[in-house]
Amino acid sequence: MGANHDHDPHPAPPARGRALRLGVGGPVGSGKTALVAALCRTLRDDLRLAVVTNDIYTTEDADFLRRNAVLSDDRIAAVRTGCCPHTAIRDDISANLDAVESLERRHAPLDLVIVESGGDNLTATFSRGLVDRQIFVLDVSGGDKVPRKGGPGVSGADLLVVNKTDLAPLVGADLGVMDRDAAQVRRGKPVIFSSLRERPGAPEVAGWVRSVLAETHEARSAAGTPRPAVAPGAP
Amino acid sequence: MALPASLLLLADSRLPAGGHAHSGGLEPAAEAGAVTDLPTLTAFLRGRLATTGLVAAALSAAACGHAARTRGGDGGDGGLGGHEGWSVLDAETDARMPSPAGRRASRAQGRSLLRAVREMSPHPALDALAAFSAPHHPLVLGAAVAVTGGSPADAASIGAYGAVTGPASAAVRLLGLDPLAVHRALAELAPQVDAVAAEAAGHARGDPRDLPAASAPALDIFAELHLQANLRLFES
Amino acid sequence: MTRHYTARAAVRAELGAGGRTRLATLRSDGPYALRAAPDAVYLVGAAAGPLGGDELHLRLDVAAGAALAVRSVASALLLPGDGESGAHVRAAVGPGGHLDLAFEPAVAAAGSHHRSVTEIALADGATLRWREELVLGRHGEPPGRYTARVDVTHGGDPVLRHELRLPDRTLQASGAVLGGARCTGSVLLVGPGLAKEAHAAEGLAVMPLAGPGVLVTALAADSAALRRRLVHGESLARAAVDTAENTPAGTGQTPAVRFS
Repeated sequence: MGANHDHDPHPAPPARGRALRLGVGGPVGSGKTALVAALCRTLRDDLRLAVVTNDIYTTEDADFLRRNAVLSDDRIAAVRTGCCPHTAIRDDISANLDAVESLERRHAPLDLVIVESGGDNLTATFSRGLVDRQIFVLDVSGGDKVPRKGGPGVSGADLLVVNKTDLAPLVGADLGVMDRDAAQVRRGKPVIFSSLRERPGAPEVAGWVRSVLAETHEARSAAGTPRPAVAPGAP
Repeated sequence: MALPASLLLLADSRLPAGGHAHSGGLEPAAEAGAVTDLPTLTAFLRGRLATTGLVAAALSAAACGHAARTRGGDGGDGGLGGHEGWSVLDAETDARMPSPAGRRASRAQGRSLLRAVREMSPHPALDALAAFSAPHHPLVLGAAVAVTGGSPADAASIGAYGAVTGPASAAVRLLGLDPLAVHRALAELAPQVDAVAAEAAGHARGDPRDLPAASAPALDIFAELHLQANLRLFES
Repeated sequence: MTRHYTARAAVRAELGAGGRTRLATLRSDGPYALRAAPDAVYLVGAAAGPLGGDELHLRLDVAAGAALAVRSVASALLLPGDGESGAHVRAAVGPGGHLDLAFEPAVAAAGSHHRSVTEIALADGATLRWREELVLGRHGEPPGRYTARVDVTHGGDPVLRHELRLPDRTLQASGAVLGGARCTGSVLLVGPGLAKEAHAAEGLAVMPLAGPGVLVTALAADSAALRRRLVHGESLARAAVDTAENTPAGTGQTPAVRFS
């Protein structure tokens, strides 16, 4: 699975010396937090990570990430969105920028900062001022028509993850239909079908993240900017 | 006099400066049952305007005056200008904000506003404020008004206006109040916003030590209680 | 017409022989009658009020290394009269000195119009305990108009500038200001070894300031509940001093004032 494609809306690699900023968005309950936790588990051994969460963040959520992501507390920052999760990742990204920058300062150098949006609807999308790449997470129980409906998240994200595929037979979702519709609205940009129950480490998504990192490092090298101190580990 | 568009931008709630995630104490007040409907919201807004609103507006006016006197960034007024003057105003702001949560909220919004206005209108006076890692919001607002050509009175007006519109918007989102009714309440408050702004502007040239210091004990308590809440939708 | 008082009382405490504080000055004036007791200087109400039109001034000087506590024997009933009444306290505390200034509550009776101004200048290394309590109206009556401002500096830097403006009942009723509480009060501690973490509960906040102090603020329905909250808050504000290397410098105890 290559991260490169012809319709990349983010032509510029991350600015010199800072971490790749990866947005993870999607509707409520689609499994964003579980996916972020899985990515942290899989990537933490060879990447320096931090997470900003925009979800309604209670002590329960913090405990969940602490237990499951095995990131120390000071690598997780919570941003409150004033009941408007899409505003905080799209229209007014300042609180998120502050959170990302303060994590980068505190833990410099970082390789990857994941910004998890609050659960929102299909129109939510990250500002390019906030993230370099974005993943949109759907789950099969929302119905197999969702990819066909499109919307900025489904059609514009750099990666579409269709989550909880183990539930597809139970909710009557046709993965083939979802794959075909997604390919059409996404004009060839990648789609990954994922089941954290069957593959808890989200290896396909983690592989995509690694390929994006490798690609941005290549772009930096080509532009004459130095690589970070530690290269991302090979998948 | 026509309203300059550059100042309207600074007063616009769509300015990407982080304001949407701050309720000005409205969320903890609603959580505590102190604000439940339009009459209690109106009383809350009146109280906030007369206390922290007045203080913020006066600090903004003073900051605007300071920035205007030192435009060009050379501190040309001999010692008062530049960093030293900002340090004085920074300390005077701290002394009027007993709540640590309140100070953090002011500084977080100041940092966000500074990022936005430096992008919009780069200016040495703003660079001087950037020497503080997170300058207080009223000081950044005052400086931003100065570099866009506005007066201390303009800074006070925008400061006082923001003191009520922020929590009003939060009330619409948190309590499901009718936005039209809330805006009727804001319109009825408008003369008082103007009066507070006028009082605040009157302090712009005076000694910063004498700036108003009106406190709001309930807001201070709410600001700290908010940090203990299990669920917070707003930063402050 | 009511007779107005303009009173100027003063206390000066100095460090005497054997490290004890001695009172170099103890000047009563009009309604401000001062009495020295072993534990503190007491303000003894020699007349009702203040009434509208009265202007009362109290000057407190604490020389380097000295410790002074000032109390009142009863609450001050603010009464209506001919215009505004004023109470002005100006205090200066020298290096290593300590001032503990805690009056009984002021009660803003119906129709009263009072303004209180407190300025406390602490030299570097001076410490302070200051308490203020306000009851809005006697039982069952609407309160008068009340404003109070306190300015505290330490080594010339502002520590707290804090003003309570209650020109009418709107602000008392506002959920942002007093939330309908009839009583409000504060305790300010300035000095080393105080709490670094804020604390809050219903009607109470313990707030470490940006400077070297902690402000305790409370709201309550009656003066007894207010006092309980302030006492509790003050104990929390001092909670950080329990470690050995963090000895309280004067703020930990009410100072013993001995007069020679």
